[in-house]
Amino acid sequence: MPDFSILTEYFPVYLEGFLNTILVSVIALIGSFVLGTIIAVFRITTIKPLQWFGTAYVEFIRNIPLLIIVWFFFYGLHTFGARMDGFQAGTLGLTVYTSAFIAEAIRAGILSVPKGQMEAARSSGMTYIQSMLHVILPQAIKLVIPPLSNQFINLIKNSSVLTVISGLDLMYFSDKVNGDSYATVDTYIFTGMFYLILTIPMSYGSHVLERRLAKSS
Amino acid sequence: MSNKKRFSLLLVCMMALVAVLGACSTTTTNTSGGSAESNASAQIDQIKQRGKLIVGVKYDTKLFGLKDPGSGKVEGFDVDMAHALAKSILGDESKVELKEVTSKTRIPMLNNGDVDMVIATMTITDERKKEVDFSDVYFQAGQSLLVKKGSPIKGIEDVTADTTILAAKGATSIDNIEEKVPDVKVLEFDNYQDAFNALKAGQGEALTTDDAILYGMAAQDPNYEVVGKPFTDEPYGIAVKKGQTGLVEAINKGLADMKADGSYDEMYKKWIGKAPENK
Repeated sequence: MPDFSILTEYFPVYLEGFLNTILVSVIALIGSFVLGTIIAVFRITTIKPLQWFGTAYVEFIRNIPLLIIVWFFFYGLHTFGARMDGFQAGTLGLTVYTSAFIAEAIRAGILSVPKGQMEAARSSGMTYIQSMLHVILPQAIKLVIPPLSNQFINLIKNSSVLTVISGLDLMYFSDKVNGDSYATVDTYIFTGMFYLILTIPMSYGSHVLERRLAKSS
Repeated sequence: MSNKKRFSLLLVCMMALVAVLGACSTTTTNTSGGSAESNASAQIDQIKQRGKLIVGVKYDTKLFGLKDPGSGKVEGFDVDMAHALAKSILGDESKVELKEVTSKTRIPMLNNGDVDMVIATMTITDERKKEVDFSDVYFQAGQSLLVKKGSPIKGIEDVTADTTILAAKGATSIDNIEEKVPDVKVLEFDNYQDAFNALKAGQGEALTTDDAILYGMAAQDPNYEVVGKPFTDEPYGIAVKKGQTGLVEAINKGLADMKADGSYDEMYKKWIGKAPENK
């Protein structure tokens, strides 16, 4: 068994990191959902410049490592006279990175709603935005819940990247525990358990939500 | 109902995994600890049989262990020390395999048996002595501060609770500065290069670690300087796995020989630029 005295002795240290990881995850989750939805709509509009922007954004962000995006916000901004601390840079980097994947998931969901739905909505006098908000998106959301919850679980795990820019997250504080206890395996077993506390309800919740939405339709 | 069952099954599986992992870690420590104590010179025999010394050094620390990005060669005082010890133990200074360690990984790598010894600007402390065995002091350093030229910080007395200090994870320098300035804000990075980049990016006002490493950084970028007198005593030791007394003796003999025949002073002058003050 792992040495539980590490968990009890360093609990306040773990907890500080755990709470920060929750905070990062919640902010980045909301931010990337909003940003991802906007980008997804850009990608499927008929307005060409918005389409180009959406495609460029997704292809660019999705195809570079998260670490580089986070490093850019942390180390790179000072050349433009700005500065973000590790927590801010990490949260922003995570939001930007995840939004590209979310945009793709939402776009796929919207495209899988039958074309006739949009045509029917438009011919009943709704504007494009109204048809999107009231007809297409509510149907698309059911289809995108499984891929979205995958992205959110990835987001929570990816938040561990904050440790390299001293972003005060769970992994950063676990490194501190490791540096003090020297019990590397045990230290990170507990870290893994803290991540599970966040990710397991997330995937369980998405199953429940998925089933409820399936019933309602 | 079946869902609840499935969920609890999942939980049980996870717990089992944790238990197995935990069991693994305890068994490995037990067996390796036992064999090391039973025969003190077994490690030396093993090294001789293998025909090379596996040494953990830093790859990011100028003057001590730095990987040249062009040539790919790792160079520094610690690396030369590794070669000198290979000459002393195996009779051939080229029989060395270097492995990269950081302040964070060096003790786990020793305990895993990935390296025979760690020569990585490692300060001898009582806390660490519980985890590993140390040789005699092979380098005498002291903790200091690196700041941007023109900084209001001129020494440890200018560091207040509002100062943000940058440091490397797992280094004793964090405990030291927290002791001097109790509520100081410390940001920790994976290695010194990242900490130095953070200083350059304005993420903190001063970088703290041993002066020997700071001088290396100041040599790399003349916009930065080491300020104030060293405020701690940092005796560097060569670490081996706990219980390998035979290996410690062999290292100490090698060190004593180097100091006696002048090759230690030569090595010191080559990297630090001056003769050692106290042998």
